[in-house]
Amino acid sequence: MSSQETAAHPRRWNGLLGAVRGSTLARSLALLFFGGIALVVISELLSEYRNLQLAEGGYYFAVLAGLTMLIGSSGQISLGHGALMAVGAYAVALLVGDEHWPLFAALVAAVVATALVGVPLGAAASRLRGPYLAGVTLAFAVALPPLGNRFPETLGGENGLTITQPTPPSGLGSGFPPERWLAWIACAGALIVAFVLYNLMRSGVGRSLRAIRDDEVAASLCGLHVGRNLTLAFVVSAACAGLAGGLLVVVLGLAQPGAFPLKLSLALLSGVVIGGQGSLVGAVWGAALLVLLPNWTTDIAHSFSFSTNVSSNLPLAVYGVMLIVAMLAWPSGIQGGVRVLSSRLRGVLRARRDAAR
Amino acid sequence: MKKSATRGVGWLGAIAAIVVIVAGCGSSNSNNTEGVTSSSITFGSHQPLTGPAAPGYDEIAPASEAFFKYVNAHGGVYGRKVNLVYKNDEYNPTQTVNVVHQLVLQEKVFGIFEGLGTPTHTKVVGYLNASKVPDLFVASGCPCWDNGTAQPYTFGWQTNYTIEGKILGQYIAQHFAGKKVGVLYQDDDFGQGGLAGLKDELPSSAIVSAQPYQSGTTTLAPQVTAIKSAGAEVMVDFTVPIYTAIAQLTSFTLGYSPQLAVSSVGIDPTTVASLLKTVSKGKASGTGLIEGAITTGYLPPANELNNPWISLFKKVHAEYDSSAPFDNNVVFGMANAYTLVQALQAAGKDLTREGIVKAIEEDGAKWTGPGIVPFRYSKTQHGGYAGVSVGKVVGGKIILLGHPLVTEPTSGSPITPYTLAQPAPPESGVPPAP
Repeated sequence: MSSQETAAHPRRWNGLLGAVRGSTLARSLALLFFGGIALVVISELLSEYRNLQLAEGGYYFAVLAGLTMLIGSSGQISLGHGALMAVGAYAVALLVGDEHWPLFAALVAAVVATALVGVPLGAAASRLRGPYLAGVTLAFAVALPPLGNRFPETLGGENGLTITQPTPPSGLGSGFPPERWLAWIACAGALIVAFVLYNLMRSGVGRSLRAIRDDEVAASLCGLHVGRNLTLAFVVSAACAGLAGGLLVVVLGLAQPGAFPLKLSLALLSGVVIGGQGSLVGAVWGAALLVLLPNWTTDIAHSFSFSTNVSSNLPLAVYGVMLIVAMLAWPSGIQGGVRVLSSRLRGVLRARRDAAR
Repeated sequence: MKKSATRGVGWLGAIAAIVVIVAGCGSSNSNNTEGVTSSSITFGSHQPLTGPAAPGYDEIAPASEAFFKYVNAHGGVYGRKVNLVYKNDEYNPTQTVNVVHQLVLQEKVFGIFEGLGTPTHTKVVGYLNASKVPDLFVASGCPCWDNGTAQPYTFGWQTNYTIEGKILGQYIAQHFAGKKVGVLYQDDDFGQGGLAGLKDELPSSAIVSAQPYQSGTTTLAPQVTAIKSAGAEVMVDFTVPIYTAIAQLTSFTLGYSPQLAVSSVGIDPTTVASLLKTVSKGKASGTGLIEGAITTGYLPPANELNNPWISLFKKVHAEYDSSAPFDNNVVFGMANAYTLVQALQAAGKDLTREGIVKAIEEDGAKWTGPGIVPFRYSKTQHGGYAGVSVGKVVGGKIILLGHPLVTEPTSGSPITPYTLAQPAPPESGVPPAP
């Protein structure tokens, strides 16, 4: 989702609309504002169960947005983002549950903590490419969650840590469903991530990352520091994963190793690829997929009366098949397909307009 | 320009598509009669149909369902059929949270029944009580369900682990006086509750080693080795069946054969025998490795064929649940279902969520059924069965020894025998209306 302003034809924009069109910051603030309103409206229309799914979609979007930026814009792969979510989740669970910090401060601390974990991991990752990078992140994904069992007194072991979930403030009225409040918190986090990444991907840093992704040698000859930029991308995506983990604890009320199995990291990767790499809208598709697919496959398994062994593992099998199909036949994912469709639509409309003249 | 318009279309398309796919029709209100219609009552349950707790426990919900079908065939409860919707939570607490949300918000059940597991159910108790959803007869003996003041909608059913630990502890103190005791326990409220009860009755010098394990682990070698090295002559297991099997196999491999004592939840001989076969890859089979083990029970054992309750349950099993083996898990499921039907009868024709809670608190202590001990139900006590009988595995079957014993979970409270005889089941097998 690159926005290379054509240097040969700089356009000057007038008025407020012009400012929105011309400035990335203004445009992203407008999207943040309207996106927020749209999500509030949607959450009012949805039932309580769907609000919980919206909240789930919110934190999936947060981690997928960071991951899609990492994979699509900087060209690095990570199979370990589930474990980074676990870091953020346990940070929030410890701070809110044991230390009684306010939620916002705990989420900020979770972001910082996961970013700090992302620094050495990113530094190691910046030296590796391809399958070796995948291997390191995979090892991280497998090794980290059982750490909860290593320190059962502080980290709760297999049982995990629970927190009392935030309840809606009294200002919203007594009939306000707590599920909708959780959806608002998760979507607020998602919007902040979207805002930050939207600006990052259109900034100099974003351009440097894409340059490094496309041709590392040429980029370093141009004076870009490859290692530092790749580590920065990793740290930013780790911070997003940390926020997502913290939001997961808010929505579910618990953090335990069973919430961050290897299949979560694999599902995140599938979500990024199928949704569309490098695209924030692709992250939206990916989040919807991760929220809705397990229920769909369970319903399918029930209607075909599969045994419980099959129906429990069906979502993962479907992710795998979809991932393979997407990589082979449709590498730009859903968002790529949407782009193709909408540019074809524009072409048809323009042809019709030109024919009418 | 082209790209930003395309992007705009992309954003709008994404939001619109997701709203279309996902939108439900407006918010629902949870109310007092959710899940009740003129012809049916729907309960939900979370069960480990796959995962470490599945062997044996996956028979419980189908057995309850079979008993409900039997009751429905005999007219139901005030003309309503009782339905049970149970979903798999894989004994994974994160999944339990998801599944319970689905049951309450999507399936809109009247209440949760027989939610299975201590580490799993503890994660949803807060939610269910905050949403005022009846959380009846949890399939776990955690002492934490017994809190009528803070958790008014949650009721335990099976004897709690602390009571069980106390009665086991007293038996060991009386019959194995002076011997060293080692304890293997699941590191959650189940194992910790049992250990607390044991410590209450056994002298502090008796327990030489207490080894916790995390559910989901694949080996118990470190724990069993530690218990063996401490020289324990009696080993008490607060384990689910798979870990009873693994612990016994490990002891056998180490050449260690202490006197075994196992919690009621981990002893069903049929389940443990088949697990021993799986875990040993066919080399060990049968109940030889648990022969002579001490255990406890609050229901008649499945092998007590001349007990009228067992014949009733066997009849229901043959008609509605014949694919499963008839073992103590099936007896558990049917006995628990029997108690739920008793509660529904007591709540009356105008069934409401608050009404059923009140009915259990007011009448529950008087109910008689397949249990060999009475219930501890009142406004403040939501505990379930008041005690257990000590039993022994003889010839692969559980034989109950002596009188049932009852006590309170509080430290130091006395253990007294319960001498009233178990009544016969009603003629039709369906609990009568009061």
